[in-house]
Amino acid sequence: MNTVIFRTVAPYLAALMVLFSVFVLLRGHNEPGGGFIGGLIAASAIAIYGIAAGVDEVRKALVFHPIAVAGLGVFLAAIAGFMSLFVEAPFLKGLWLFLELSDGSELALSTPMLFDIGVYLVVVGAISSIALALEEDEETR
Amino acid sequence: MAGSASTPKNLDLPPAMIEGVTSVADWVIVWPIALPMLGAAVLLMARKRPEWQAPFAFVILLATLVANFMLYMRVQAEGPLTMTMGNWLPPYGISLTADALSALFSLVSAFILLIVVLFVQSEVETRENKYGYHSLLLLLLTGVSGGFLTGDLFNLYVWFEVMLIASFGLLIIGGRKIQLDGAVKYGFLNFLATTFFLIAIGFLYGLVGTLNMADIALKAPQVESGAIYAVAALFFLAFAMKGAAFPLNAWLPASYHAPDPAVSAVFAGLLTKVGVYALVRTHLLLIPQSHAQLQLVMEVVAAFTLILAPLGAMAQTNARRALGFLVVGGIGAMLAGLAIGSPTGVFGLAAYAVNSMLVMTALYLVVGLVERMGGTSDIRKLGGLYRANSWLSILFIVLVFAVAGLPPFLGFWPKMILVQAGVEVGNFWLVAFILLNSILTSIAGTRLWAHIFWRDGREGANSEQINERIRPLTTRAKVWGLLPAGALVAFIVVAGLVPQPLFKAGATAAFAIYEPAEYVGSVFGSLSAAEE
Repeated sequence: MNTVIFRTVAPYLAALMVLFSVFVLLRGHNEPGGGFIGGLIAASAIAIYGIAAGVDEVRKALVFHPIAVAGLGVFLAAIAGFMSLFVEAPFLKGLWLFLELSDGSELALSTPMLFDIGVYLVVVGAISSIALALEEDEETR
Repeated sequence: MAGSASTPKNLDLPPAMIEGVTSVADWVIVWPIALPMLGAAVLLMARKRPEWQAPFAFVILLATLVANFMLYMRVQAEGPLTMTMGNWLPPYGISLTADALSALFSLVSAFILLIVVLFVQSEVETRENKYGYHSLLLLLLTGVSGGFLTGDLFNLYVWFEVMLIASFGLLIIGGRKIQLDGAVKYGFLNFLATTFFLIAIGFLYGLVGTLNMADIALKAPQVESGAIYAVAALFFLAFAMKGAAFPLNAWLPASYHAPDPAVSAVFAGLLTKVGVYALVRTHLLLIPQSHAQLQLVMEVVAAFTLILAPLGAMAQTNARRALGFLVVGGIGAMLAGLAIGSPTGVFGLAAYAVNSMLVMTALYLVVGLVERMGGTSDIRKLGGLYRANSWLSILFIVLVFAVAGLPPFLGFWPKMILVQAGVEVGNFWLVAFILLNSILTSIAGTRLWAHIFWRDGREGANSEQINERIRPLTTRAKVWGLLPAGALVAFIVVAGLVPQPLFKAGATAAFAIYEPAEYVGSVFGSLSAAEE
């Protein structure tokens, strides 16, 4: 797996995949996609980068430990539920905020989106931490 | 459901969303689940700060306990409380429903976890802290409280999974060989039970077309097909496995001795009781007609569990494995209450569950301290602990009396109610088994006490010589270990001497199970009012 071609391409490939994963995450509310599948794509990007560049390099690039990222995901998802506390609605009610942009288009912000971002982070964190642990095991052998 | 897809303008669908505002006071049912989950997430993020973990977990647990207490008081005063997630109307939205039974169990769980988190401070190394010990404990409480408070059958499955994952993590923290061995047995049988549960949910959905518990309670009694009994039998199999009833109890003593004593204490206190709770919920509230069909099976399972568990405890040389069998014996007593199936029986079951949660947790904590002093949990190598620490021996013998059900300790009262329930329905042989269980349990418990504390030294020829391997407890272990365990035992003693609160709690819990109209009303209150 450690060919020159792979090592050269992997960083660009990983960057593209992370970008695509964000796209999949954001279109998820009304079209196929969403936090879970987006998270899987991003986690595979991290895994590919780990195979090519080594796990230490990936951990340095991620800054935060993957499990901490997953923790942030759970936190954001819970916060999305707590938003409805302020409008006297039950837990987890979907709340929407439509912002008018200067060119006339609308930007829709919502608690389901915040929840989905939480799911995304949980999946990225959990899967990539498993992947990195497995790759680390291989390196030390 | 008038209107068709081709004429969207003339749709006359009933409203799908809740109208009107939800009082912030109703959130009291969300906090017991959401707070520990939020706390677990924050602790995961703060994994590089081991010194923050314990204080933060303690604060979160204190807040959870207060929330649970408020929920309990509210349910006691006003009856079942429901909140349906996301503003959807039930049964479309997932409901959280607390009645007296679930609020009581959730309250006791939070109390136990608070004590255990204090106890943990006497032993956890920072390395284990880093691997998320405290966040897993909080996550476990999330799953347990969620299981108790949910009003949706599939959601109950999800909370079982949360519980399973958290307990799996706690079981293998430390990574010793024995822990992995225990985790495989624990994990395999629990996954199997969860699968049976899921299959049963699928069948039930096919029969009644809903997963909301209140909705099932309305629709399942009208199902004429015999398939509903197959569903009930599957539920019984799955939850009896989760609750470690005979003959599916093997996983419990095989795994509970493996992890840290504090972790075993939480497991013994909380996990099996969720299975028992689910049994009560499914067989007495959701599919009440199945109880008569399965009664004989329940009685036989309860009787065997009652007898074989204390016999198993007598045969053990590992103190914590023996305690595992005593946990199973308690499950037998609760199953006897379920098998009797009268309001008095459920009263006894609820009271016994509270007793078992408190007493088994305390027993594991005390044995954890014994292990710290003796360096082993093998009772053949222990001995002479009375001389070394008489306080510990007093705590242990009090707990043995409580678990066996000797008056005036806490375990006596639930057993008395169970016996009374059995006599009321004329089920004398089950009563005999309950009493026999008490005798055998007291033999098994006092055997442990005699071996660990009473004799001077180790087993065999050395038993007259003083055991020199005993190390006294460190100051840290005394402050954080002996004090929380002692406080819990003191609480148990006081609760045994003043049993009225337990009676009241158990009786209202049983009443709640036999008043499905109130349960259903709290979920569909607004809807049924609109239909009438």
